[in-house]
Amino acid sequence: MDASAATVTGDRSVLERSPAARLPDRILKWGLTALAVLILALLVYFFVRLIGESRLAFSKFGLSFIFANNWNVATNTYEAWALVVGTLITSAIALLLGVPVAVATALFLTELCPVRLRSGFAVMVDLLAAVPSVVYGLWGVFFLCPKLLPAEKWFASTFSFIPWIGGGTPTLYNVFIAGLILAIMILPIVSAISREVLTTVPRDNKEAALALGATRWEMMRMAVLPYSKAGIAGGAMLGLGRAIGETIAVVLVVGNAPQIPKHLFNQGYTLAAVIANEFGEASNVAIHSSALFACGLVLFVLTLFVNFFARRIVVRGTTDKRRRRLPRRKGAAKVAAPAVEAGSG
Amino acid sequence: MTPDETTKTTSEASDRQPTDGPASGSTRPLAQVPDVSVRPARGGGGHAVKVRGLNAYYGDLHSIKGVDLDCPANEVTALIGPSGSGKSTVVRCINRMHEEIPGARAEGSVTLDELDVYGPGVDVTSVRRLIGMVFQKPNPFPTMSIFDNVAAGLRLTGTKSDDLRELVHRSLRGVGLWDEVKDRLNEPGIGLSGGQQQRLCIARTVAVEPEVILMDEPASALDPVSTLKVEELIDELKERYTIVIVTHNMQQAARIADSTVFMLDGEVIEVGPTNDIFTNPKDERTERYVSGKFG
Amino acid sequence: MTVSKLPEISARRRRTDKFMRGTLVAAFVLALIPLVLVIYYLIYKGIGTWSKSFFTTDPNGNFFGYPGGARSAILGSIEIVGLASLISIPIGIGVALYLVEYGKQTAFANFVRYLTDVMTGVPSIVFGLFIYIVLVEAKVGGSGFTAWKGSIAVALLMLPVVARSAEVVLLLVPGSLREAALALGAPRWRVVWRIVLPTARSGLVTGSLLAIARGMGETAPLLFTTAGVFGLTFNLNAQMNAMPLQIYNDILSPRTEVNNRAWGIALVLVTLILILNLLARAVSRRSRVA
Repeated sequence: MDASAATVTGDRSVLERSPAARLPDRILKWGLTALAVLILALLVYFFVRLIGESRLAFSKFGLSFIFANNWNVATNTYEAWALVVGTLITSAIALLLGVPVAVATALFLTELCPVRLRSGFAVMVDLLAAVPSVVYGLWGVFFLCPKLLPAEKWFASTFSFIPWIGGGTPTLYNVFIAGLILAIMILPIVSAISREVLTTVPRDNKEAALALGATRWEMMRMAVLPYSKAGIAGGAMLGLGRAIGETIAVVLVVGNAPQIPKHLFNQGYTLAAVIANEFGEASNVAIHSSALFACGLVLFVLTLFVNFFARRIVVRGTTDKRRRRLPRRKGAAKVAAPAVEAGSG
Repeated sequence: MTPDETTKTTSEASDRQPTDGPASGSTRPLAQVPDVSVRPARGGGGHAVKVRGLNAYYGDLHSIKGVDLDCPANEVTALIGPSGSGKSTVVRCINRMHEEIPGARAEGSVTLDELDVYGPGVDVTSVRRLIGMVFQKPNPFPTMSIFDNVAAGLRLTGTKSDDLRELVHRSLRGVGLWDEVKDRLNEPGIGLSGGQQQRLCIARTVAVEPEVILMDEPASALDPVSTLKVEELIDELKERYTIVIVTHNMQQAARIADSTVFMLDGEVIEVGPTNDIFTNPKDERTERYVSGKFG
Repeated sequence: MTVSKLPEISARRRRTDKFMRGTLVAAFVLALIPLVLVIYYLIYKGIGTWSKSFFTTDPNGNFFGYPGGARSAILGSIEIVGLASLISIPIGIGVALYLVEYGKQTAFANFVRYLTDVMTGVPSIVFGLFIYIVLVEAKVGGSGFTAWKGSIAVALLMLPVVARSAEVVLLLVPGSLREAALALGAPRWRVVWRIVLPTARSGLVTGSLLAIARGMGETAPLLFTTAGVFGLTFNLNAQMNAMPLQIYNDILSPRTEVNNRAWGIALVLVTLILILNLLARAVSRRSRVA
């Protein structure tokens, strides 16, 4: 270590080092910075290229690419409204079925479960995330779809008076099954985020509720859930983002019919599924492949929006509301959540 | 204990007069006498707490060893002692909050009049309705307004909304917070200052009309002015409730407590009228603590 | 003097409490049912297909007769994800190092953090499309679909996962450790290399293992970049098979034997993923940084 001058300057580095000794540091610093810049540039580049590839489709169909409903490969008409609707419907079903179960599971794990079983059970729930999408698709095609079909038929006929939900004839592959499998796939992430949010509830508030003579459930309703609302909502939105973009499991069970599903157990299609399904045959047809890229673009923008808002809500949800201060780092907030509650008095 | 300290404690103790009428002149820091709405007296008397043979455990750690305690009705009983002596644990055993900690348990008997809260088949939720608790750090529910905070306990039992309003206002008056918040009842509870928040928590506790109020170092997180306000409040509250307070501030105990209990290492060392404990302790360990020789 | 009496807790409140608690437990059980069913079916239908030939022959796409094993898929996955790991792990840790050691709270660093978060939300199929446009269509490297392009797509997927978990772990290295080393006059790079990285090592390994597990299961990015073949190859500059691709193809096949093979491959895939997860957990338990 070279020390050419010993000058007390009051900063951290008291001794001056020769420029040569500082070189590796600078290389590291600028190298890593360059890396970060590179990644950023790469993403922008990809985005621009994706827009470029989509241009053909958008110039031919304009806005009706998104808002008109006529996806016909035979006539090379590509208007994707049915796909957008299908994406929204399957995701909505996933949220409706998955979020309540995920939050309830998180509540169970943080409030009711005996402490020594807690981490073991949590691991089990998280294992749902370890199963790859294609395996869920496999299981869906050969197990879930055939097994649930009789129940779906029963449901549709029993509740035929409810518009859209009942009354139709269920097909083997339909949007409901797709939504159900998506619900299973988003459950672990929503549950994990909910768990994290629930553990930031100050113990003090929970005890105050109990000390007033509240039952366990009343305590959760009074002190835990209101506090966690925002964070859980954020988690649900992240689950939504995942559901929107999920491809393989959906393409195997949703039926792949470019129509707006006429009822709950009818076939549908999603933006992600169409890309996976038709990519092969589209590769030689310029307008077709451009339409698929355009679907990818719409999908990409959609997930960007959803995730953007989701993260904002999660950050707000994991701040200590008693301080009413936002954590300074967005990314670290989720990690630092326990740290935010630190401090005495 | 030096003669100086003796005189100091006794004179401090006598400076604190019980509430006996409006302040004459400037001795009371609070300019206003709070509009105290008196709750209909409960059949003529207060309720005493008796602790007998209390043993409490954190897992395998035996933290409270055979404690006996008497908290006379309508009096303030203070628990003092060094950190870790078990004062908070004892108090948390009285309203059965201790067992909320995973792995913690307690045995023994804690009777409110003749009712043993550890009796077989006793529902802890009911116990906590009778024995309220104020915590060290003010903890109003962050997502609730001032009004909703006070009403929180009342809403549990489905009190009708007209009665609710009446009871909430009465509680706020009873803790001397009414004038300060009457125009902003719908604002968040955590928007208040520390001292106000703690009085809000006390209002929340008394709204459900318990018989005993437990306080775990209620003023230790507050500034001196707020501390004084809380102490004055405790003085008023004891007319209607039996109060058990944990404090590490001996001057505070001397100011407000009728009787004082000195604890050390999970055991009760000495009990007696506050004056006696501070001026004439019988046990050597008590004497060492109150004279500041340790803890 | 009136004596204390316990106030009655209304039956309705008791019922609600019991009911809601029961509901929460039921929800937990409900959440585990799919897991149990999936694992059960994987084992039940998958084990039967495991045989010597399953692991030693390649799928052959024939319409009759023995459909072949899964060798090329298994080895191909290992190759593709292996390359993807070699790319994404060092870069991901590098980005995390930048964020923690140099960028800290600057606007640019926060922007990078934000981007990394955004990247985790991007659907994997979009990454596949990106790589297709930029590398495959343009026939970069001389050919269209190749394994290394698939690796890049998977690496893009793994990158934010590695970077995020690495940042978390690096932040856990106590500042006092760094300051002590810096105060001794050590240059920053040496502090990073000798102190920060070793302290964070197990956390970094854990994060990497989990990212690898994630990468192994991805199908969509490979569809447009590698577009699997049946035959076994070690040439990263050619098309290569991978487990998710083969499973996907096998599901779509009309032959039942081929469908069954999908279960067998899926069992291998999930087993590998579970092993990686267990390893990650084991490593993190021995961590020096909490």
